[in-house]
Amino acid sequence: MIKISLNGEQLSFDEAPTLAQLIESQNIPLYFIAVERNGELVEGDPKKCVLEDGDTLEIARFVGGG
Amino acid sequence: MTHEKDDVLVIAGEIFNSRLLIGTGKFRSSVLMAEAIEASGSGLATMALRRVDLNSPDDSMMNHLDPKKYKLLPNTSGARDADEAVRLAKMARAAGGFTWIKLEVTPEPNYMLPDPVETLKAARQLVKLGFTVLPYMNADPILAKHLEEAGCATVMPLAAPIGSNRGLRTKDQIAIIIEQANVPVVVDAGLGMPSHAAESMEMGADAVLVNTAVAIADDPVEMARAFAMGVKAGRMAYLAGAGGESRLARASSPLTGFLNSGDSNTK
Repeated sequence: MIKISLNGEQLSFDEAPTLAQLIESQNIPLYFIAVERNGELVEGDPKKCVLEDGDTLEIARFVGGG
Repeated sequence: MTHEKDDVLVIAGEIFNSRLLIGTGKFRSSVLMAEAIEASGSGLATMALRRVDLNSPDDSMMNHLDPKKYKLLPNTSGARDADEAVRLAKMARAAGGFTWIKLEVTPEPNYMLPDPVETLKAARQLVKLGFTVLPYMNADPILAKHLEEAGCATVMPLAAPIGSNRGLRTKDQIAIIIEQANVPVVVDAGLGMPSHAAESMEMGADAVLVNTAVAIADDPVEMARAFAMGVKAGRMAYLAGAGGESRLARASSPLTGFLNSGDSNTK
């Protein structure tokens, strides 16, 4: 079992998902988002980024602000 | 002399037809926000970066604002020091290729005043990283010079604390910043009424940034229009050149006496 923390919530997967698969599984749009994996900004293709057990992800998007 | 209709705002080489910059926070709905921004005539809108809410994962400002229509300016709100601000700026760039950043470092929650030391530190780093930096700052003329020398595209002194609607409380300091600046001066934060915006523009500010006053009005769309008119009126007055004040009366009517009486007192 692969356990991944996403925005403070614990998710479980049978196999390690790619970042793109994880994003899709949560119905998050793939555009205009920023992802940090274990505190590091992910800048590459999310389809090529295979996640690992214990990863901590933060995904942010734009909201209203001044 | 420049006429208001030919007058444009230039920030880092980009031209804006409106001198009203607008924030997108705190509107009662996204639809209302989009309508108000349209009504404001603004060409630049700020936005913030926050964690995706896993309960409404497709909720995004980008569903409501067209990047072809507006220059979108992500801010670093929430940052309490330079490192957090740089981190947020890098996330904004990764999320949408945004290279313009409104730098905000506000470590203290009650007045949300910007930290001058951390703001300057972050500004230097972000300029080095290739960002176009528009820093929110206290109305300190010396700090404005430091930020300008660090390579910032504007300086954005506060009129009053964020969201306070208290108007141009820092007027004398902002006047000095305007006098000395070689980059556009944007009065940001605290403007609560169109008259505050007009007052800022009459002084020679290059632009104002307004969010709360529009967003929390009973009718944000009408308030956005009112601010657009205030900004325009203030800018026109500045360009027209005000005649100055006098302690004593200065007669408005000719001083040639009363009808044919021959005396020279004006009534």
